[in-house]
Amino acid sequence: MTPVLPAIQLLPLAGAVPAWRAEVDAPRWRAGCEAAAGAGGRLAALWASDERDRGQGFCVRALLVLYEGLVCLELHLADATQTYPDLSDLFACATRMQRAAHDLVGVIPQGNSDRRKWLRHGAWPEGVFPLHRDFALASSFAPGDDHYPFVRVEGEGVHEIPVGPVHAGTIEPGHFRFSIVGEKVLRLEERLGYKHKGIEKRFESMTLEDGARLAGRVSGDSTVAYAWAYAMALEGMAGVRPSARALHLRALLLERERVANHLGDLGYLGNDCALTFGFTQFWRMKEDVLRSNARAFGHRYLMDRVVPGGVACDVDSASAQAMIAEALRLKDELRTLRSIYYNHAGLQDRCITTGRLLPLTAARLGIVGLAARASGHAIDARVHPGFAPYDELQPRIASHRNGDVAARIVVRFEEAFESLRLQRLILEHLPQGALRTPVGEAAEGAFGIGWIEGWRGEVLVALEAGRGGRVRRCHPHDPSWQNWPALEHAVIGNIVPDFPLINKSFNLSYAGADL
Amino acid sequence: MNSAPAIAFQILQSVLVVLAAPLLMGWVNQCRAWLQNRSAPSVLLPYYTLAKLLHKDAVIARDASPLFRLTPYVLFGCMWLAAGIVPVLATGLPFAPAADIIALVGVFALARVFSALAAMDIGTSFGGLGARREMLIGFLAEPAMLMTLFTAAFISGSTQLATIVDTLAHREFAIYPSLAFAAVAFLMVLLAENARIPIDNPTTHLELTMVHEAMILEYSARHLALIEWAVAIKLFAYMTIGFAFFVPWGIAEAGNWAALPVALAALLAKLALAGAGLALLETLLAKLRLFLAPEFLSSAFLLGVLGMLIHFLVSG
Repeated sequence: MTPVLPAIQLLPLAGAVPAWRAEVDAPRWRAGCEAAAGAGGRLAALWASDERDRGQGFCVRALLVLYEGLVCLELHLADATQTYPDLSDLFACATRMQRAAHDLVGVIPQGNSDRRKWLRHGAWPEGVFPLHRDFALASSFAPGDDHYPFVRVEGEGVHEIPVGPVHAGTIEPGHFRFSIVGEKVLRLEERLGYKHKGIEKRFESMTLEDGARLAGRVSGDSTVAYAWAYAMALEGMAGVRPSARALHLRALLLERERVANHLGDLGYLGNDCALTFGFTQFWRMKEDVLRSNARAFGHRYLMDRVVPGGVACDVDSASAQAMIAEALRLKDELRTLRSIYYNHAGLQDRCITTGRLLPLTAARLGIVGLAARASGHAIDARVHPGFAPYDELQPRIASHRNGDVAARIVVRFEEAFESLRLQRLILEHLPQGALRTPVGEAAEGAFGIGWIEGWRGEVLVALEAGRGGRVRRCHPHDPSWQNWPALEHAVIGNIVPDFPLINKSFNLSYAGADL
Repeated sequence: MNSAPAIAFQILQSVLVVLAAPLLMGWVNQCRAWLQNRSAPSVLLPYYTLAKLLHKDAVIARDASPLFRLTPYVLFGCMWLAAGIVPVLATGLPFAPAADIIALVGVFALARVFSALAAMDIGTSFGGLGARREMLIGFLAEPAMLMTLFTAAFISGSTQLATIVDTLAHREFAIYPSLAFAAVAFLMVLLAENARIPIDNPTTHLELTMVHEAMILEYSARHLALIEWAVAIKLFAYMTIGFAFFVPWGIAEAGNWAALPVALAALLAKLALAGAGLALLETLLAKLRLFLAPEFLSSAFLLGVLGMLIHFLVSG
């Protein structure tokens, strides 16, 4: 079923998920997005690329999620202008993506949106755009000024607490600027981009085959999701479909990644309430999962196990029995720990009503993944559109309406149980087939999209082939882009010492969004 | 009274407290680890940590005033003084008449004021944050502490620690319901004053949730060692105050060498039990929301007052 957007001719894209693309001009870009927003669609990603070598100026792409599937709108900007119609009034999450697109390519949204820099710290000067094709990969600049105008909150007794980017614990770098009265948070402003390492630029110097390994390293905790999304995009453009066995093994890896991360997060959430008992128990379980990953697949975090065309690992019957037994044991242990968490008055008191993100706010911000499901939005790419093999596995969606830290804990528990069930289902009925189907060379200019529901939310990879089997442009998109702004809203009105708990309940990626 | 043996006892106690305090910390940490199903670090770990810190070069903020450098010594001194006043091993120590329970609370308050000032001295936002929270907890904990101590003082008719302990330890056994209330209140104050769960989390790395740790974030090397040591002595002192009031049995009299082994053994047993109990509490409880800390401490205050009222009800 092809989605209908006014006056836009949609061309279907081959691949595992329903997707279309269309070249549009500025008025239709705007009208298409308005129609999508009106129909309850979301903005999944927005990025720009330099097409001047083809005489097409700069190109801005918006990836929309509609009921029918994904729609990628491509707007080519005439050589002289670098402006395009702003989308931030339709999709709040567009703001930071537009700022990043400006920092990297220099395209300017025409509208009232925030124009401050986002990814650019002092590493490259204003007016230099790393994703221009004439920008040398090896360029380096003297560290520049990193002045950034934070929004100031005025009023009696209001003061600011700057936190980060270096923290007291060993965590990823990010700066948080709190405006507070006493202990109450009036406003939080995030400043990210400290982990920008030029991944998109690096892709352009790689072959499509090698790109898979880099994609698996965009955000280490979601390596399976990224590697699969990249493989899905590449297989789509090359017209290859992996065997049923390979797809089931991929789903097994993805569910193992989900369980490991949910266990780790549940432990951290206990720890942030000073319930160290929960931390040690959950982390013991996570460690068990990681060790059996190493035994069964040869890598604790499952890096490079998903490869274009299939998988680079297999499961024999002994290993399958061991993993089934492990899943059953984890289920029992998880049940016990769930009843401890749910019945612990101190823990529940810390989590209930803390960091509430109401369903309406969540919808306006267009948030995705686990956080969206905890705020009443039952969206999960495994269920809808249900890419293979999830169309057969029929996963059950877990959601909650309260949108607080407690709701995100509930959703994590439910998803972990469901993941363990899916793992058993996969292992008990593992189909036969080739582990790896050869992926032929993709034609120059071929375009593919991968869309995978990772543990944090939907991971998207948009991939364009260049000459001679090389990557022309690859844009990996982390769900954290959508969800970081939601954190700013969730903490309003909470007290400062509850922020770490709220932050951990979202557990967003810095590396994945900083690229 | 200030005979040579008594002075020897005083010196013995003061040295013992300073040397044994890190051991108590190590024991509590070991019990916590066991209760959390972790393999525990050595009970001597706090000593190694102190030795490590004492060997390092101190880094001091450019804008730090002498107050910042002075504070670790003041803290250590205050805690040591407090430990000298409390009847840990023996009653009738030469130091004891120098301060009664009100002065003892004052000594702790002095240390608190200095650490809060030092935290604000360097001007980082976390120092101010921690100092503000510490003062919030402190001004609620002090009255609760006084109420608790007054209950015991009313029973013995004196605010002198030695007299109170003598009365409670050597009088024939009697059950004082008022002391039960006071004991619960005291336990709550002990947790709050020593930055333990559920009020503060001594092992957290989340700077925004810290109370005591936020105040000492900028300290390093010997300064940090002295502060950590002072924290250990404070916990030791608080526990021994608790023993003196609620389980005083076994304590010696100054100069009575024959009673010393029993006193030492009793102290060791009590500390081992109390340390394990503290670890158990900390394992079972989650940290309270910061704004529930006032409620927690008001409950302690209320229990202290109830204890006093019951004393009058029963005795009157």
